[in-house]
Amino acid sequence: MHDSPFTRRLFLQRGCALASLAATVPAFIERSAFGVLGNPLLSSNPGVPDERILVVVQLGGGNDGLNTVVPYGDAAYYTARPQIAVRAPGTNASGAQVALELDRDAGLGLHPALVGFKELYDAGNLSVVQGVGYPNPNRSHFMSMDVWHTGRADAKGSGWIGRYFDNVCNGTPIPEGSIAIGRTAPLAMQGDVQKPISFDNPALFRWLGEDLHTAMKSPYDAINRAGSLPGTTADTQRDFLMRTALDAQVASDRILAAVRKDALVRYPDHALARQLRTVGAMIRDGMPTRVYYATMGGFDTHGGQTGTHANLLRQVSESIVAFQSDLKAQGNQDRVLTLVFSEFGRRVKQNGSNGTDHGTAAPVFVVGSKVRPGVIGRHPSLVDLDQGDLKFGIDFRCVYASLLEQWMKAPSEKILRGRFASAGVVRA
Amino acid sequence: MDAPYQPIAKKDFDFAAAQHLLSRAGFGGTPAQVRALVERGPEGAVELLLDFRRGASEESPVDGRPAAGIELRSDIMRQPTPEEREAERRARAMKDEETIARLQAMRQQRERDDRAQLALMQKWWLSRMIETPRPLEEKLALFWHGHFATGYRTIENSWHMAMQNEMFRRRAAGNFEVLVRGIISDPAMLKYLDNDENRRASPNENLARELLELFTLGEGNGYSERDIKEGARALTGRTFRGNEYFFDQQQFDTKPKEIFKRRGAFDGDAFVSMILERPECSQFLASKFYRYFVSDAPTVTRDGKEVVLRMAKQMRESEYDLRPVLRSLFLSQHFYAQANRLAIIKSPVQLIVQTVRSLGTPTREMKSLVDAGDLMGQQLFQPPSVKGWDGGRAWINTATLFVRQNVVVYLVTGRRPQGFDWSASEMAWDASHLIEHLRDQRGELDSHDAVRGLVSFALGGEVSPHRIAQLEDFLRTLDDPNATRVGHASLTDDRIKALLCLVGAMPEYQLC
Repeated sequence: MHDSPFTRRLFLQRGCALASLAATVPAFIERSAFGVLGNPLLSSNPGVPDERILVVVQLGGGNDGLNTVVPYGDAAYYTARPQIAVRAPGTNASGAQVALELDRDAGLGLHPALVGFKELYDAGNLSVVQGVGYPNPNRSHFMSMDVWHTGRADAKGSGWIGRYFDNVCNGTPIPEGSIAIGRTAPLAMQGDVQKPISFDNPALFRWLGEDLHTAMKSPYDAINRAGSLPGTTADTQRDFLMRTALDAQVASDRILAAVRKDALVRYPDHALARQLRTVGAMIRDGMPTRVYYATMGGFDTHGGQTGTHANLLRQVSESIVAFQSDLKAQGNQDRVLTLVFSEFGRRVKQNGSNGTDHGTAAPVFVVGSKVRPGVIGRHPSLVDLDQGDLKFGIDFRCVYASLLEQWMKAPSEKILRGRFASAGVVRA
Repeated sequence: MDAPYQPIAKKDFDFAAAQHLLSRAGFGGTPAQVRALVERGPEGAVELLLDFRRGASEESPVDGRPAAGIELRSDIMRQPTPEEREAERRARAMKDEETIARLQAMRQQRERDDRAQLALMQKWWLSRMIETPRPLEEKLALFWHGHFATGYRTIENSWHMAMQNEMFRRRAAGNFEVLVRGIISDPAMLKYLDNDENRRASPNENLARELLELFTLGEGNGYSERDIKEGARALTGRTFRGNEYFFDQQQFDTKPKEIFKRRGAFDGDAFVSMILERPECSQFLASKFYRYFVSDAPTVTRDGKEVVLRMAKQMRESEYDLRPVLRSLFLSQHFYAQANRLAIIKSPVQLIVQTVRSLGTPTREMKSLVDAGDLMGQQLFQPPSVKGWDGGRAWINTATLFVRQNVVVYLVTGRRPQGFDWSASEMAWDASHLIEHLRDQRGELDSHDAVRGLVSFALGGEVSPHRIAQLEDFLRTLDDPNATRVGHASLTDDRIKALLCLVGAMPEYQLC
């Protein structure tokens, strides 16, 4: 990565050059060329690593961390969860869920549905960060999610990924810098300047009026691809709109072209897998996007959670494994890290309906060939609790700091508005 | 030097000027409604828009029905009664898991009900903006919502949001001082900015800071950190009980404070009066009005700055009575200057409401329109932060632009994608009124005039010949290649709608 000619510095120079041009006029000229020629900075030749990419996978609803990374060596775990606990590896009990071995010395296992994660772990492509949380945890889904998205205890202000872009390229957004798959873009990606592109279905990231009649496309293109109106040079609102309209056309062309090709590997047929397949297609096509965002919901397992939770984790594991295989087939495996997180874990004690209620700290996963593999951090104590909940060991912003500093090579202190020691999730 | 703030001459108040007024002091209107304003002349037109408290519906040029009422519950998020609290305490003490689980399920149900009520309010407000015969009232309510921004997600009480919304409407063009006093007594705001935790022994500065920085003076504009600290003490004890404002005498800091270098045992009301005496306050509010009503260009012109100063002066002279200032502004030559026509980027709400009100399309499905607003960056009752919506260029990026273009397609045709398929809402509407009014004025129309008239009306101003040529080329491709000319008769309803979809996809359509 470091000896690649396509360094971050060049990307930034290029991005910022766009920024300074945008205020005058010729940005759209460059954008047009960009659209036709592709991004000259990015090669998608297999084996040529270039820009580093971060993929964020959000598990909404509060994933039960204790049944994901299972502390089978701790008797307190079985006391707290008599009906729903995952058994220790090697347990011979019919019908019971038996953990996959993760770290025998520490007495840690993985939920049996995470077969793919286990393979990634064994191959050195998975980093498990334990006990991740934050002080004075909020147990509301919305508030806690906002805390994770903003990186701030008061859950207010812009998103941490948005601020990353605001910092690396002050003044003007990078049109395809960040892409979220989903109906709405997550707060995490909203900067003061940088705004993400978001779409549920890439086929709809375009003007839909062209479906009304075949003759509509040509006048639409004439209107939206001009980049400027004849005879205007000033930086009026109208000029700004003309430039953005061209940006939108270029982005739409690129995204639609990217997803048109069949993937190199087979993805399973779940919502998360579909999203990651789209992300994989865009990476393969050499999009200049630095951060992608995918989401999956349903983790709010208040009742009868055993089957549901297993099913959810299976989808996560299968989707991410397929994505990693795709990246490998593309030759892009060294360019991409994937962060998997949830807004909180769940109560240590199971509740009255064989489920679990909202809790606090939980594990975070980082996937990729460049992670520091293994288990990072200690498993939180199951007896030294705070109001029935785990005490966090690693602040989630230490994970962000590691990704920003070590992976994206960005100043984390400024972006996170505070000094957070890197959790060291990237291989040094 | 006075010219920009001098009133416009009656002869200059033509169709385009009246259309400009109606889109800025409201959300646009049909050709017939614009013409009705022209006939009243500038004073009459402005008065009609501004004097919305007096039964405007009767001879309103905007002839919408008053919005249907809405039944809201005030008690969904009520505090538990002492009995309920006691029952929960007992269940916890006795480790009665079943009761605890039941109480928790009830609480979660109430939270769900409350979110459902908020979703209802979002639809209600949007349809009220679409249907109101008093558009300036809603336009101002929306302004205050962005100015005194309060987010539902933080306060989680839809009734409090509804009460605040009603206050913005009631005091929309009244007195700013009354409005500020209202906001420091408003449960939603007190909760949002933590003033319910602003106590004598441990002051919380959040409300005091935003009151100075965002609501009255502007960031760093004529106040010090000390004024914030001392001001916070003046605001202690202002909290709420249930749905009512409550002044908690026990928590009020009675000791003297030093604010703006004056000493006294000031309370919240005194603090507000002192703020409003600062000249920075009138200038700050005048600038915000200017950006909302006149131009949101990144730099303000010399005339623009002059107008802001005149507005500020008038505001002080009227002791913050806002109607006189708005009247002068909406009559001023500067407001109608060509440079200020089509100079504001429509907010998502403006885009939706103006498209329906001016073209006369059906409203389609409210839920879809609310969702579209969200996708375009404006969710009612949920501004992104206490700063409100930045507006201007911040509305526009590659993603929001497609949604903006597609929402016009949806309103005009009823077609939209549902997941991976298309669905169409079959509500028919007649677009020909957008052309018929030209015939009424000019007699027989040729196709060129019809297209130009349609497009300049939909865009709300002069259209470049280049654009007309693009659209006429399009119409020709639809015609029988053997036909020699495009007749007006060929401008069928379908073709008008196709043209409107293309106009809605023009970058200029984002301006008003």
